[in-house]
Amino acid sequence: MIAEAGLAALWLAAALALLQLVLAGLGLWMGRGARSTNNVRPELVEGRPSASTGVSLDGSGSPSTSSGQTDGSERAATAAQLIAGVRPVAIVQGLLAALSFVLLILLFIRSDMSVVLVAQNSHSAKPLMYKIAGAWGNHEGSMLLWVTVLAIAGGAIAIIERRLNEATLVATMAAQAAIALGFYAFLLIASNPFARLNPAASEGAGLNPLLQDPGLAFHPPTLYFGYVGLSVAFSFAVGALVMRDVGPAFARAMRPWVLGAWIFLTIGITAGSYWAYYELGWGGWWFWDPVENASLMPWLAATALLHSVTVLATRDGLRSWTIMLAVVAFSMSMIGTFLVRSGILTSVHAFAVDPSRGSFILALLILYIGGALVLFGWRIGSVKQGSTFELVSREGGLIFNNLLLSVILGIVLIGTLYPIVAQAMGTQLSVGPPFFNKTTAPIALLLMLGMAVGPMIRWRRDEGKELIGRMAAPIAVALAGLVAVFVIAPDTAILPLLGLGFAFGLAVASVAPLWKRNLRRTPLFTYGMVVAHLGVAVSVAGMASEAAFTQEKLVAVRVGQVTQVGPYSVVLEGIKPAVGPNWSALEGRLRVQRGDAAPFIMGPQSRFFSAPPTVTSEAAIETVFDGQLYTVLGQPDGEGRWQLRLWWKPFVTLIWLGGMLIGLGGLLSLIGRVVRERRIPNRMAAA
Amino acid sequence: MKAKHQRLLLAGLGLVAVMGASGLALSALQDEAAFFYAPADVAGKPPPVGRAVRLGGMVAAGSIKPQPDGVSINFVVTDGKATVPVRFSGIAPDLFKEDSGVVAEGMFQPDGSFTATNLLAKHDERYMPPEMAGKMAAAETLEP
Repeated sequence: MIAEAGLAALWLAAALALLQLVLAGLGLWMGRGARSTNNVRPELVEGRPSASTGVSLDGSGSPSTSSGQTDGSERAATAAQLIAGVRPVAIVQGLLAALSFVLLILLFIRSDMSVVLVAQNSHSAKPLMYKIAGAWGNHEGSMLLWVTVLAIAGGAIAIIERRLNEATLVATMAAQAAIALGFYAFLLIASNPFARLNPAASEGAGLNPLLQDPGLAFHPPTLYFGYVGLSVAFSFAVGALVMRDVGPAFARAMRPWVLGAWIFLTIGITAGSYWAYYELGWGGWWFWDPVENASLMPWLAATALLHSVTVLATRDGLRSWTIMLAVVAFSMSMIGTFLVRSGILTSVHAFAVDPSRGSFILALLILYIGGALVLFGWRIGSVKQGSTFELVSREGGLIFNNLLLSVILGIVLIGTLYPIVAQAMGTQLSVGPPFFNKTTAPIALLLMLGMAVGPMIRWRRDEGKELIGRMAAPIAVALAGLVAVFVIAPDTAILPLLGLGFAFGLAVASVAPLWKRNLRRTPLFTYGMVVAHLGVAVSVAGMASEAAFTQEKLVAVRVGQVTQVGPYSVVLEGIKPAVGPNWSALEGRLRVQRGDAAPFIMGPQSRFFSAPPTVTSEAAIETVFDGQLYTVLGQPDGEGRWQLRLWWKPFVTLIWLGGMLIGLGGLLSLIGRVVRERRIPNRMAAA
Repeated sequence: MKAKHQRLLLAGLGLVAVMGASGLALSALQDEAAFFYAPADVAGKPPPVGRAVRLGGMVAAGSIKPQPDGVSINFVVTDGKATVPVRFSGIAPDLFKEDSGVVAEGMFQPDGSFTATNLLAKHDERYMPPEMAGKMAAAETLEP
């Protein structure tokens, strides 16, 4: 019964999404000529003075006879009724989608093997957490999660958003419903998560053991929150385009969603990187895997959008560019979904290989992105020019940042899609890390330079000479850092060397905006920027340090034999069996000592899972203040020796610490913005 | 600066950035796109010695030879048309076995052999690199 109830809830939610789209569309259409008799808000008529365009809101084109006015007010009343229905429908739609997803989780908790999805992806002997995570650790479940988050976000907009003008909001919710409809159709037609299995299986096939890790259980939802947040930003952009309402008010309404999405993406990518690092046992933290790129591309677009939406919200500049970026950011999350879910590429992360699903998502992709681009091309000409500024200004710096981010995004996109295009033309090839490292690293360094300078430039216009004076301290620190690293380790390669120098400089430059300021009166979002930029410096320092100073030892050792790696001496004391809830393992007992400090024990394992039968390596990692010791147990060689792989990675933890700082900076900004918007009520209506 | 000029300048900058990105990406692609090789691809003209590439194919039956140092193995990668001897030092993945697909990351040596720094076997029963799937299908249809 639970599965049927879940499916019914899903159908109802889909029907409500359709209703939401129809109500909003009809309401806006009927209200278009009559709005002048309604309450006219100044920003509504700001669009374009002439009535020659189809959806003019000022009503100047309609005849002003008395009967016309009566018709107009009746139409306005109907339109208002229709529009009034949109919010409740959106809220109920969100609740129903959530109900459906909760029911799916319930099926997984009960291990109901009469449901295809559960039988294929779960096992009754699995720990409860992984039964729950199994609900989204597969194609159908993850798509249901996608649409659930989208619907809940729609409901949240309906409840929270009171400041944007009503017409723009309704158009936004219509766009939101249109996106949701596509995914409901995808689920109901091509990927029903509640399909029954007859006869029921006696036992499930289990979850891929690589996915049985707390980090990975919560990794996909985190990324999805990010993707969906960008879809909301996209809906805002569409709504603003439809209503010709591109301005600071719209940017302020959109900004929290962009910030929220960006925070989730940042955390998701950071956590995913750390997961790959310790779970795969390869000692690497970024592989330029297409699926990694699929999450990096929306992040790059969201980062650019985050900065340009700030220009729009505070200085009313970069109007069309911001709209364009919102379209691009959502396109990137759709392309990400397409790459991962279509089976067009197979990677560590990709799930189902099913061309029909791939074409369905591709069709949605073309429909949404194509539709948005057409709307963009048609309407953008009517978006008025925002305020202007000199090139040497904060705005100019942000444009520099946006261009560089777009360039990196373009390179990653080309590198990721090129093999697919080549394959379509009959050539098999693949693009790997050498390409991405070579192309993105120099631009990333340039971007760091921009990040250091940007926050020190004034809005609107600034003097180049004064700016150089303000930059003196960071430049000095960067040079000192470069020289110091060169003296300590003259063999360092050029990129890590530059990376470390730039990181030192950026760290100083990031906190410079707080210099000589009253720290208690500095707004929270300024702290957010400082922390996020500092996070980038910390992260880059970690990457450069890992690349330059990692030491690796690969040995076959007998029990009692000593190996040196970095500052550590490692002794294999023995091999013993170990057991877990659904695995058994061989565990190496390593006695590790650093200098004269007290020795400690590390236990890397080779784990065997029975359902499905798989062997995985569990690295043992010792984290200390100046780095990590990373140990992997390999196979016996048949002569009493065991393979051991040992890495000493100085300051590698800074990579993820920096990622967390970046996310924290985003969170501070979000809180700061929300608090400030609350404190200044109705600033938009007055604008 | 007038608004019109500014817009023109921005559009120009954007254009330069896009062209720069494409140029950079395409020139790098010329060098690095040939990242994946099957043994038959290198039989005629091996890639330059010292460039990091991937070699994919099947592990030839009976070819895995553990070396005395305990951490290296020698084996032969084949695609049915040609073979490449590979030396790998490291912990082989658990699904690495004879008559099974493998992708080796590393560099070709002057003598035409391959030194692998990393081995990718299939990650689970559903995983095979797409390049592999294509090459294997081609190899199977060509076998007598």
